[in-house]
Formats: sequence, structure tokens, C-alpha cells
Amino acid sequence: MTAAVTSGATARVTTRRGVTSDVLVLGDPASPPLVYLHSAAGHLGGEPLLERLAARFHVVAPVWPGYSDHPGEELLEDMLDFALHGSDVVAALSLGATPHLVGHSMGGMIAAEMAALSPASYARVVLISPLGLWLDEHPVVDIFSLLPFEFPEYLFEDTAAGAALLTGGLDFDDPEAIKEFLIRNSRRLGTAGKILFPIPDRRAAKRLYRVANPALVVWGDADRLVPPVYARAWADRLPDARVAYVDGGRHMVPYERADDVAELVAAFLT
Amino acid sequence: MKFTWFNLMPWPDLPPDFREKHHSVWVDIPNTLFDPVRANGLYNEYMDQLEYAEACGFDGIGVNEHHQNGYGIMPSPNIIAAGLARRTSRAALCVIGNSIALYNPPIRVAEEFAMLDCISGGRLVAGFPVGTPMDTNFCYGQIPALTRDKYYEAHDLIMKAWAAEEPFAFDGKYNQLRYVNCWPKPVQQPHPPIYIPGGGSIETWDFCLDHDYNYSYLSFGGYKSGKALLDGYWDRVAARGKDDSPYRAAFAQIIAVADTDAEAEKLYADHILYFYNRCLHVYPGFADPPGYRTISTIRAGMLDQLRADAQRRFATLTWKDLIDGGFVIGGSPATVYDRMVEMIEQLRIGHVFCLFHNGDQPDWKTRHSTKLFAEKVMPRLRDLWPEYAGDDRWWVKPLASRVHADETFADARRDATVPQ
Repeated sequence: MTAAVTSGATARVTTRRGVTSDVLVLGDPASPPLVYLHSAAGHLGGEPLLERLAARFHVVAPVWPGYSDHPGEELLEDMLDFALHGSDVVAALSLGATPHLVGHSMGGMIAAEMAALSPASYARVVLISPLGLWLDEHPVVDIFSLLPFEFPEYLFEDTAAGAALLTGGLDFDDPEAIKEFLIRNSRRLGTAGKILFPIPDRRAAKRLYRVANPALVVWGDADRLVPPVYARAWADRLPDARVAYVDGGRHMVPYERADDVAELVAAFLT
Repeated sequence: MKFTWFNLMPWPDLPPDFREKHHSVWVDIPNTLFDPVRANGLYNEYMDQLEYAEACGFDGIGVNEHHQNGYGIMPSPNIIAAGLARRTSRAALCVIGNSIALYNPPIRVAEEFAMLDCISGGRLVAGFPVGTPMDTNFCYGQIPALTRDKYYEAHDLIMKAWAAEEPFAFDGKYNQLRYVNCWPKPVQQPHPPIYIPGGGSIETWDFCLDHDYNYSYLSFGGYKSGKALLDGYWDRVAARGKDDSPYRAAFAQIIAVADTDAEAEKLYADHILYFYNRCLHVYPGFADPPGYRTISTIRAGMLDQLRADAQRRFATLTWKDLIDGGFVIGGSPATVYDRMVEMIEQLRIGHVFCLFHNGDQPDWKTRHSTKLFAEKVMPRLRDLWPEYAGDDRWWVKPLASRVHADETFADARRDATVPQ
């Protein structure tokens, strides 16, 4: 389950802020470019959605600061820093054409902010079960108080396979391996917490009117982390958005429903 | 040696099946368990006990800050300390402390601590905890990965506010104040003694040594499990070329004294087990949000005190486990004396935060234990560090007496600035 992206390569860019980022690159560079931003879980390996999208797009998927071996996450402190970093990475990639912008979960939240800041920099926008809005009557699960073994039930249909994806086949009998896992987890979710803790709402709702781009909101209709009712909340606030549900999908639809999601995304973008 | 009598102020009516029925004693404890009428009696009983500790001869009386917590009904220790300041006259008021990253703006802490120092005549010990994840992150919403940064900024602001003699502007990352002008200022100059309560964060050691603050290790794991951590601290003290005065360090310890060892178990075991079994039932997911602990602390293997395996252990402890494991120093005065010497010497500490009230312990038992310790144990422990006798760098420097408006206060002022 943890095989590296087979059809792609890893590029490395340094932004003008000075943050070095790895970027997964898949597909034909002559295809229309598509920027993909991962969730707070990071790239889990395999990346089935990206592989499918690579059939039609030049997919570039930055690894967020805190999620790679490079330092630099300490330079990102708030939502504006995050959105500008995403834009800086896209600029550093010199994509040639105006890219589509796709983000999942935390990546969707960042993508929405990037589009609000600079709508003309992107063609179409796809948000897959994004974080970033808050409805009092439908609270999002507090991922920061979950214990590691509790994540799969909120994220996956197949919890056993999901647990293996999240831990990367960790040997829980090896104290050093556990320590490295804790450090990795602390860096990743510590970074994510800067925009997600204690409530994953950094007031994007005030800015979404600026996202004039045609937008697609994709949601697993059995999402247990961010209830599917949020799909409508996003569509109501985006000027030109439609919603598509993945029947029975949970939060990690890019992994468990890659075919469905790729089909919806490709149909919307082409 | 200095002894401070500490009261966590636990809620004593958690049901026997609290651990099974409820998610956590901290953060999301159902507030239907709180009875304000009951609290009227409790707050006053607990404050009476703190005042009694002064009468028994303790050097300090101690309070701390917790939020949404079934073992600490003291979200504002400053309110308790203000009451104590009026009803005591000699003991240090150890507020250990205010979680300075939570105050907006933290100049509030500079003001309130200065008020307490003025009202008490220079008896304040000022504690600046980073704050537990339960309090700081989950109850008060601070971002884990930025908590420490915000804490350092709050510290810098408070210390500068106490030192400055003219208004200044503070353009911080978390606080922007055009006119910082601390009014009132503390009696103790340049500032009250600063104590930094730490769990197991190694950054805190350097922070204490950078500023020559007291490092207070507050754990409920007792002195045997605290030794590894204090050893690490003293190694760091040596590496930094600082003197090894035991007064640089404080340690919190549960103590229970009776006429005999058997009597101690009979009197106190149930109440202390109430504390471990019910009061420490903290959902582990609240204890360690990613980003709160630094990478170097994780790498150093400083595990969280409330992690899941520790919790399971707390749930099944017996009195014998508590005594043998050093969680509790309990027994006859002779037994307690021996264990106290062992603890003080092994940890190399000059200050003990003594926890005599535990869990649902009734008032009379708390006073009984306190009195026996004060009369039969404490006097024999006073001079354990003769080479550092008189080292009061980490202790209060109070006025000689209360100043009255109709008299000159030149004498009091002089006493306040001359080390005792």
C-alpha cells in the first residue's frame, strides 16, 4: 500500500520566501496543468487519484511544509502564509498554462483561499471534501483530540486498509520507529493545526465571493469527518459552483473512490 | 528547605463509576456534576486549609490554574490568592501560576501579579506555566504549534512591563499594544521570584537557566519517576556552568502523615486512590495534541504523563503501589521523614510543593496530616542543604510589616530591598 508514485517523479522547488518543497509530478507536461493539494494526512502513498488524473493532465502535487524532510514549516504561521505559499510553489513551477486547482480536505481549504486571493491565476477549481467552513449544528470532528488508532473509523470505508495507509506499515514493536512516527505526526498535524485548530474556519466564507472560477465540490455522502451537509454550504457561498456526491464515500475518497472522483473531476475539467 | 502547602482544589463528588461512565475529568467533564452550592462550602474549606498551613509554619501556600477540570476548581488562582493575601501575613503566596499565553493581553498578568504583591506586601511567587494542552489548547483554543512562541512573547512583555519606567510600545506577533504602562508595579524589585512549572519539556530547562528562574517539576508520578527528569535538569545546569543550588528546583509531592504507617493507609488511602482513579481520568487525546511538544522533546523520549499506558496504570494502583513507587510519601512521621530525605537528596531540590489534601479527603484528615508534618517532620528537614544556607535567590522578599497610611514607611521599604 505504500509504494511510491510509480508513473511520476519528484521535483524540488524553492519558493521566493525560501521554503523548499518537494512536488510530485505526473502525466504529460504537454497536457493541461493541474495543481493538487493534499489533505492533512499528506500523500499516503500510491496516489490512485493522481495516477488517474495524470492520464489527461500534467499533475503537480506539492508536498506541504512539515510533510517532507525539508524544514520550513515554521515560516508558515497563519492562513495567509499558507495561501501565499501555495501560490509561491505554483509560481516556482513555471507551468506555462493557467492550471486547474484541486484540493482535498485541508488542501481544499488552502486551494479555496488561493483562488480567493487570485482567481485569475487558476482555470477551474475542484474542492474535494474541503475543510474551512463551520456550521454550529454540524460540527466537524476534532482531529486533534483523536488518538492515532481512532482516525481510520472517521476517514475510511475499509478501516483496516486505511489504518495501514496512515501508518505506512509501522512496526509498533519498534520504539524507535514509534518515536519517528510521533515526530512525523507532530510535524504534520502541528503544521495543519495552524489553520485547523481549534476550529477549521479561518473565515474563508468572507472571501469566497471572489472565487469567480467555475467550481466543483465533491463529497463522499457518507463522510464521517466533515458531514456532507457542508457540500451545500460551499456551493452556496461560491459564485459558480456545482456539487457532486460520491455514493457511500467517506472522507478519503481520493484513495478509496479514486475512479469515481477522477471521473467527476475529469468530466468537469474537460 | 522551603515547604509550600499546595491545594489543587479537587471536586470531591465524582461518582465511583466516573472512569467508566465519563469521557474525561478534564475539558469535557459534564458540568452537571458541578454543584455551586456545594462549591460555596468547598472553596471556603480549601481556603481555610491554606490559611491553616500558614499557621502551622509552612513557608508558602500554593495555588494554580486549571480550566474545566474535575480535580481543580480554580480557573483563576489570582482570586484565591487575593483572598489569602488578606487573611495571611507571613507565608509566601505561590501562584504557580498564570498560563500567560492565555491572557489577552498578557499585561493583565503583570497587573494582577503586581496587585497581589502590593496587597500581600511582597509575598508573591510568580509562576509562569506554558500551560497543559488540556487547559491551553483544548479549553482555551490556543494553536498547539504556536503556544510556546506565544508564551515566550507574553513572558517578554510582562517582564519588560515590570521593568520599564516609562510607557513603551510593544509590536509583538500576538500582542500589539501602543502604550504598555504597568500600573501598579510589584513591591519586590526588580520582580517577584519567577517559577516555571514544567512537565517534561527540555526547552523549559534552558529557559529557566537563561533567566535564572526556578524550575518546578509538577507531576503526580512521585519522586522515583521524577528522578530521571531532575537528573536531566541538573546535567543541564552543570553544562550551562550554573551553580547547583538546590533552590533552583522545586518538586510537587503527595504526602500523608499519621501516627503509624498502618494508620496512614487507613486514613488516607481511599482519598488518594480517588485522586488517581477518578481525578486523573483524562482522555489521552487531550493530553498531547500534535505540535504542542517540540520535536526535540519527543526525540529525548519525554513521554506525556497522561499518555494512555500511564492512565491505565493510575486506574489500578493500590496503596502499596503508591508507596513503593514513590507516588505518595505516606506513613508515620519517622517513615515520612526518611522518605522525604531520600526524595530531597535524590532530586536535589530546595523547595517542596506539599500536597496534603487529595481527592475527596475531608478537612479534619487534611489538617491532621498537615499538623503532624509541620510539627514532627518539617523542622528536622530544614537544614538539609547547609552549603546553600541562606540562599534566597528564589524566595520572596516581603516588607517587614504592613504599611499604614499614618506612619512613615521608610523602614518597610528598606527591608523590602535588602535580602534577608
